Amino acid sequence: MTTVVQAQGVPQQAVAGPARAPMSPEALWGAMLVLPYLAVFVLFVAYPVAYGLWLGASPANYVRLWNDPIFVRAIVNTLVFLIIAVNLKLFLALLLSGFFLYPYSWVRWISFVFILPWAIPSLVTILSFRWMLNAEWGMINQLIFRLTLDDGPAWLNSPTLALSAVIVVHIWKYLPFWTLILLAGRMAIPAELYESAQIDGANRWQLFRFVTLPGIGNLYVTCTLLSTILSLGDFNSVYLLTGGGPNDTTHVLSTLGIRYAFGLAETGMGVATVIVALPLVIPLVIVMIRRFGRAVEA
Amino acid sequence: MNSRATLKQARLGVIGLVVLVWTLVPIYHMLVMALTPPKEAHAGQLWPANATLENFETVFRQGHFFLHHFWIQLWNSVFVAVAAALITLLVAATAVFAISRLRLSWGSGVTTLALLTYLIPAAFLAVPMYRTMNQYGLLNTQWALILSVVTFATPYAIWVLKQYADKLPRELEEAARIDGATPLQIFRFVFVPLMAPSLVAIGTYALLLAWNEYLYAFLMLSREQSMTLPVAIGLFLTNDDPPWNILMATGIIYSLPPAAIYYAFRRYMVSGLTAGAVKA
Repeated sequence: MTTVVQAQGVPQQAVAGPARAPMSPEALWGAMLVLPYLAVFVLFVAYPVAYGLWLGASPANYVRLWNDPIFVRAIVNTLVFLIIAVNLKLFLALLLSGFFLYPYSWVRWISFVFILPWAIPSLVTILSFRWMLNAEWGMINQLIFRLTLDDGPAWLNSPTLALSAVIVVHIWKYLPFWTLILLAGRMAIPAELYESAQIDGANRWQLFRFVTLPGIGNLYVTCTLLSTILSLGDFNSVYLLTGGGPNDTTHVLSTLGIRYAFGLAETGMGVATVIVALPLVIPLVIVMIRRFGRAVEA
Repeated sequence: MNSRATLKQARLGVIGLVVLVWTLVPIYHMLVMALTPPKEAHAGQLWPANATLENFETVFRQGHFFLHHFWIQLWNSVFVAVAAALITLLVAATAVFAISRLRLSWGSGVTTLALLTYLIPAAFLAVPMYRTMNQYGLLNTQWALILSVVTFATPYAIWVLKQYADKLPRELEEAARIDGATPLQIFRFVFVPLMAPSLVAIGTYALLLAWNEYLYAFLMLSREQSMTLPVAIGLFLTNDDPPWNILMATGIIYSLPPAAIYYAFRRYMVSGLTAGAVKA
């Protein structure tokens, strides 16, 4: 009974600062309530990651990968995809966030329509793009034929055009999300800053350069880094649009890993394909965790 | 002055028009295909000249080889999405309560683990996750998919919920403590009601993540009876010349619930989900 009475005194100490006593009921409850998450982490993150590193450990896999032209092509594709898709998407999002700032009601209506790609499952819209880009029967080439009486290009049969189509599809899907993030960032800039700059005679470009950019520059960099990591995992845009084709020329690392592991039943090669991206992923993750940590303290 | 304002409006109008066309073309194409009779699939129509609901009827009647299990697959999608959302909410809310309100001494370590998991591209973990689920004996059961989605949804859920939980006032909890409430009672009667709006946002996020998941679903579920709708739609592509009209009709039916939920909870979704990123 005495322990119970003592225990009820503990929360009051806890209010003043973190409880030091390791077995206070608060701490015990706390440990029990994080337990489900820790179980999920250990069973479905820590173990698969360790298992994956073990599966991909054999150096022979990397020698074989390096000698596979499809793999080298996939590395190049991944870099092209990341550099162009991420930067073009965020630059467009930055421009569009300015458009959606205008307080007209018709602009609000357009923003309502604009987020449709985010609300609809990507599987469906990517397949819509796929048939739309069909060389013979697709709507795009029909339109080109009716306007110019010429046959349009075979979009998904040319490696360059197919990878470009993948980039367009990716931007179409994710532009709304990043536009909303940057829009929220812009709206958080105090209006007085713009007013005082206008009183000082700043023009539109100067307002953007000296008020908007410093206000959301940091956010823009964070978005670029985060989007790079998320885009590395964009499996659907490639797999459902081109399937890696024509002739496996449009694979990125995430689709090539699945092709090795499930298409060719080479699990070790599939995991190794993904491990190759770690020199890019790990620095990005470290930088992101530092940035998130700073944001929480601020 | 007036003409300058008109010119500006016109310039904005052009941007608005471009945005509308860009956004709507693939969606319009989907509608045209879904409304076109199957035998005109290769007619390359720019608008549905002979619009018909025949394709939707075929889907509802399960009247095509690829759709023999449509209704059960739709139910599977609903079950997986609801289960994943509820488990994500439970796991994330209890963890956040412990970290943020009970001031767990190693709470920041747990938050870092969650953040680390959030930054792993899910597609990168697919192969080892598939093997792991096989070892656990869960492969080809819906729990494999549900638990995969929970794995990737909880980190973001913890990250977003923690930001809201840290801002809650302490007075209500302290009053409850003085009245002798246990931490579990505080969780149930103080924490959850105060967090309700952000819990709705996160629940919706997990629900949509599960509903939309394709890669893990097609890896984990290969039986037609147990697979979710996106896997079934993906199976259309195993045919060299799939029935695109029926495919698009199925796709529209599959898209309607998430779109409706999305727009219904738009206010929560936009403020709740963008908060996590905007902070940084």
